[in-house]
Amino acid sequence: MTDAEQQGAAYEEEHVHAVYEQIASHFSATRYKPWPIIERFLKELPDGAVGADVGCGNGKYLTVNPRVFMVASDRSTNLVKIAKQHQPHDSIVADIMNLPHPKHSFDFAISIAVIHHISTPERRIEAVKAILELLRPPSAEKPGSGGRALIYVWALEQKDSRRGWDEGNEQDVMVPWVMRAKKEKEGKKGKGKDQKATELSNEADQPLEQPQDKTFLRYYHLYRKGELEQIIGEAGGEVVEAGYDKDNWWAIATRQS
Amino acid sequence: MKLITLNFVTCALKSCKSSPASFPLHPRDATLEVIETDLNLAFLKNILPRLEWNELCVITAELGLPPLPSSPPTREDLVVKPEGEVAEGAEAEEEASQTAKDLHRVLLETTVKEGKLVCGNCGHEYKVMEGVPNFLLPGHLV
Repeated sequence: MTDAEQQGAAYEEEHVHAVYEQIASHFSATRYKPWPIIERFLKELPDGAVGADVGCGNGKYLTVNPRVFMVASDRSTNLVKIAKQHQPHDSIVADIMNLPHPKHSFDFAISIAVIHHISTPERRIEAVKAILELLRPPSAEKPGSGGRALIYVWALEQKDSRRGWDEGNEQDVMVPWVMRAKKEKEGKKGKGKDQKATELSNEADQPLEQPQDKTFLRYYHLYRKGELEQIIGEAGGEVVEAGYDKDNWWAIATRQS
Repeated sequence: MKLITLNFVTCALKSCKSSPASFPLHPRDATLEVIETDLNLAFLKNILPRLEWNELCVITAELGLPPLPSSPPTREDLVVKPEGEVAEGAEAEEEASQTAKDLHRVLLETTVKEGKLVCGNCGHEYKVMEGVPNFLLPGHLV
């Protein structure tokens, strides 16, 4: 590993991995409703398709289609323990940069809200390469027949969100996660409950032990319009479909060969 | 960790992936647990071509499980042949054969609860605890 990579990895360890490990169960209580585009991608797969969910978190996408088999992975052991309840799939602890899968062994992959936690441009390309490497290559006779990966990242352009970031703003940000002490029953205020943008105000559904509010900061790289597609290209992938959805950029990518 | 997952994992070290000895990982000191789950016949049929049968035979032997058939079952082997005449145009509900049930039991219901997975190439051991294998590499191997 080069020095820059090592620093990047160490930075992510402190400002991403360690945080998720601590907020796992609280985070999980706020993550239960699959996003429609991801749901569609998973439901269109044929029975018996085999895929990877890289950075599965609490495994909320493992509930969408029980007719496929997914090996879900996450850096956080505490999140994987939550994810592993979802049959018929399986969950493992692994790092996107060192995934323990044979190359080209999957029909599909998803990586939702993961590569926006990677702190250097080189590592972002490496991470997308790692996802693409999982996929079956297209057959020579049928271009486009290879495995497909769906990737979601948080967008810089989200001026209507509660955070209000927009074009021209700093792309590398620290985002607070607040675990509120239970003072009064506030509920969730009905603000698009499943969106990233409500994180600061998320109240836990379950009582928490902490007597006082506790704030954790997570590192995010916010993607500019076109940036995800560019990285996919640099990683040797081809974008099949892409778009913007609820403050996120997404793309479905396949291998060029 | 389900045994079927061993069909889709190898050593996390990049330098091991090109070596055939890194696949499959070998379970060692394993405690197994059966966790029942619904049998899905269409899923089993479709997954057959994805299975590395010889390697799965090695794993089940190493775990001391009853031996798998020496050659992989076919799609037809997974279904009970309908008895008698099926009425013209009637969609008979397919029934899972004993072969399908056995395959489901070993691949999807048999899990490694505690133990290690060992790479046949570099010898690195990945721990399995509470049913979760951990593939994070120590700093000096990354």
